[in-house]
Amino acid sequence: MLGYSRAQGMALGILIALVIVAPGVLYPVFVMKVLCFALFAAAFNLLIGYVGLLSFGHAAFFGIGSYVTAWTAKNWGLTPELAILLGGLGGAVLGLVFGWLAIRRQGLYFAMITLALAQMVYFFCVEAPFTGGEDGIQQVPRGRLFGVFSLQNDMAMYWVAAAIFLAGFLLLHRVVHSPFGQVMKAIRENEPRATSLGYRTDSYKLIAFVISTFMAGIAGGTKSLVFGIATLTDVHFSMSGEVVLMTLLGGLGTIFGPVVGALVVTGMENYLAPFGAWVTVTQGVIFIACVLAFRRGIMGELGALLKIDL
Amino acid sequence: MRAVTQYANEPTEESGGRHGVSEIILETKELTRAFGGFVAVNGVNLKVRAGTIHALIGPNGAGKTTCFNLLTKFMPATRGAIRFAGRDITRLAPAEVARLGLVRSFQISAVFPHLSALENVRLALQRARGNSYDFWRSERVLGVFDARARALLEDVGLADFVNVQAALLPYGRKRALEIATTLALDPKMMLLDEPTAGMTHEDVDRIVALIGRIRAGRTILMVEHNLSVVEGLCDTITVLTRGSVVAEGDYATVSRNPDVIAAYLGTADG
Repeated sequence: MLGYSRAQGMALGILIALVIVAPGVLYPVFVMKVLCFALFAAAFNLLIGYVGLLSFGHAAFFGIGSYVTAWTAKNWGLTPELAILLGGLGGAVLGLVFGWLAIRRQGLYFAMITLALAQMVYFFCVEAPFTGGEDGIQQVPRGRLFGVFSLQNDMAMYWVAAAIFLAGFLLLHRVVHSPFGQVMKAIRENEPRATSLGYRTDSYKLIAFVISTFMAGIAGGTKSLVFGIATLTDVHFSMSGEVVLMTLLGGLGTIFGPVVGALVVTGMENYLAPFGAWVTVTQGVIFIACVLAFRRGIMGELGALLKIDL
Repeated sequence: MRAVTQYANEPTEESGGRHGVSEIILETKELTRAFGGFVAVNGVNLKVRAGTIHALIGPNGAGKTTCFNLLTKFMPATRGAIRFAGRDITRLAPAEVARLGLVRSFQISAVFPHLSALENVRLALQRARGNSYDFWRSERVLGVFDARARALLEDVGLADFVNVQAALLPYGRKRALEIATTLALDPKMMLLDEPTAGMTHEDVDRIVALIGRIRAGRTILMVEHNLSVVEGLCDTITVLTRGSVVAEGDYATVSRNPDVIAAYLGTADG
């Protein structure tokens, strides 16, 4: 179903079960945070894992989604689903412009252009009057879903965040396993050959880029409603680095890797927080260990061990 | 020099077209490409007649591959014009050239390594049908191409390798897969860049036989180092040295040309 193999279908079942059980075991707000980052990482993975594009500025799209959702929910009183959708569109529009500029270059240059553009977004967010500068946009109301169901309660918010995550996750998977996804993989594998078959590879890359930035915006928007705040952290380049770490740790080009990576990285930040700066050091060590010892990432290695694609 | 002469008894005139009326499918005028001060391709006038196999030969660095890159627009020309099938393609993007039916191969075998042989061929079929932007549909809609893809794979002797990852195929089979993928586009003209380079004898024979079979209704321009392949297969041969054409004609004519012997045959083939 949906292009999942039997093993993947089982893994998906486990994931859904975990999403349902998790808030009973762990602090729901923490799980929501994991889900937001998992969607963000999955969106990022669409580019690096399936098209072979390394975007070093994905925080810009996550952040803009966060700001747009926060601003429209607070100032226009939009319902949460509309505010989040606008957040996603914000990410998509920005992605269209940035992608259009960056896709003209390849490899490292592509990464550097996305990084530079994302830094511009960061400084824009520091200076612009409506982003609240250092304070960010605070006390964002969660509002009422479809104008009816209040999301003030954490569990109510949780089911919405879980639904958004699962929908986004399934949609990204569909993109990978679509006729379009086949061309994406062809571009990743051998771009000149794809061109020689008559594919206008730049348009495929741009569409994939926009899908990814749309999802990043959705993830950022959801996050801002969960925490009731949109801040500079969301657009900071360390956020771009974090999503790279999550995806790499979980497994590039794997289905479930980004989710696992998001869980591990967010979990470390949360539960190692008492150790202060040591979190960063630990992350660095894990990153090095990952690159040296298990390059395929957690799910990549697990999949290789079980001889299935996870 | 090998004594293979199966085509040598065919009537051939000096570079003017065998029957005088053959249509020119690909033509270049003063095609030039300079890298800084180095002129890799210098004022090449090439005429390829429809339905023929045309070889581009010459010593290393003669500009053969650069020529291919210029013809398929993978590299812009510094000067000169290219016409294909009655159209000026000098300013087109590479994907557009491919869509007109001028499809190239590459020197290093060009497959999609982590996709199966079937998926490789399907990618070419899928492009022609134009639903490749559908990111919301299941890839199962691509199943309609499976039968045709299998037939193409069978055609090049890959019937037993349909579901094998391209990366795991032996080298000669990879080239066969590449040709199957190119054929899936049903191109008017194929540019083959050293189709037999680095192959064992059996593989060379297999590819030569394959090219002989697929030539029907097509034009082929190939860069080739193996002269016995050229001799047996090609109708017209253009010899490039240092970016310029030094001779053109059938194998017998070209191999007698003193400039060619000096520049190429004398040193390369002994």
